[in-house]
Amino acid sequence: MSAASLDPLTLAETWKAEGRDVAIATVIETWGSAPRPVGSHLIIDAEGNFEGSVSGGCVEGAVITEALDVLEAGTPKLLEFGVADETAWRVGLSCGGRIRVYVEKLN
Amino acid sequence: MQIEVLKQVNSARQARQAVVIVTDLAAGSTIVFTEGQPVPECLRDVVGKALQTGKSGLAEADGAQVFLNVYLPPPRIVAIGAVHITQALARLAPMMNFDLSIIDPRTAFATPERFEGVDLIADWPEDVLKDRGLDAYTALVAVTHDPKIDDYPIADALRSRCFYVGALGSRKTHAKRIERLKEVGLSDEDISSIRAPIGLDIGASSPEEIALAIMAEIVQAFRRRPISGQSA
Repeated sequence: MSAASLDPLTLAETWKAEGRDVAIATVIETWGSAPRPVGSHLIIDAEGNFEGSVSGGCVEGAVITEALDVLEAGTPKLLEFGVADETAWRVGLSCGGRIRVYVEKLN
Repeated sequence: MQIEVLKQVNSARQARQAVVIVTDLAAGSTIVFTEGQPVPECLRDVVGKALQTGKSGLAEADGAQVFLNVYLPPPRIVAIGAVHITQALARLAPMMNFDLSIIDPRTAFATPERFEGVDLIADWPEDVLKDRGLDAYTALVAVTHDPKIDDYPIADALRSRCFYVGALGSRKTHAKRIERLKEVGLSDEDISSIRAPIGLDIGASSPEEIALAIMAEIVQAFRRRPISGQSA
């Protein structure tokens, strides 16, 4: 697979054109040693297929679950993950950083 | 996000144009600006700063918290001349995160042995640049010393609004070059933007030092480049 076809935003357009529901998750803020920089994208479809990353694997599972809700409800969500947070321990942002992720539906 | 927004972002990125998505986090609404498009007063500062620095992040605009996601085309250097200076430049450019291509029709200079792992094209600039156009995120470095090779890409770079156009040569050589560029219809203003003598003045003497002076001048030109559309 070519680099271009793995680009999340290019793929989001392709998925949408195929008639799939698509959510876009974006890192909007980081503190400490966050694995992916602000602006990074993860895209998710209604079946839970995904491409890209917001944390290099640490919190993707949780973001995908939330994205399925966003796709159903249609309203965006702001998520926060970090070591100080109970959820973060559960989902494991083991690098010790904190991140905020904005999840929205592609309409 | 609307699909129209995503399409505009993707086509701008495809065309190597800078683009910014502005998301109002409370309202969930999204707008997009491609570089050069007019930006409303309330967003002008934050959008301008984002385009200048290439840094995505949160900002306040009109009392609302917005997130700006910036997509800048990866900056690149096109060097004319497979010479000693560009051998050194080929080692500096990747360190500074610039892609580099070297063009030189003289096959004695443009050999893979001298430029291992470098995107090297042994052909005339006018033929090569037809297929890979110069743009505002490209720096043009002309260092063959030969007007037959350097003049065309310099003129093309000025017309393509490259953020940096540098040409090797003494002041005397450059004075003659200015005359030739005027003859092909370039304005005094365009011509005056050529960096000649090339490179920041660090007293560079060896080819490696000249490459460093050129690289530093390219970084300076990129970081201080004017952003179009901001006065609109």
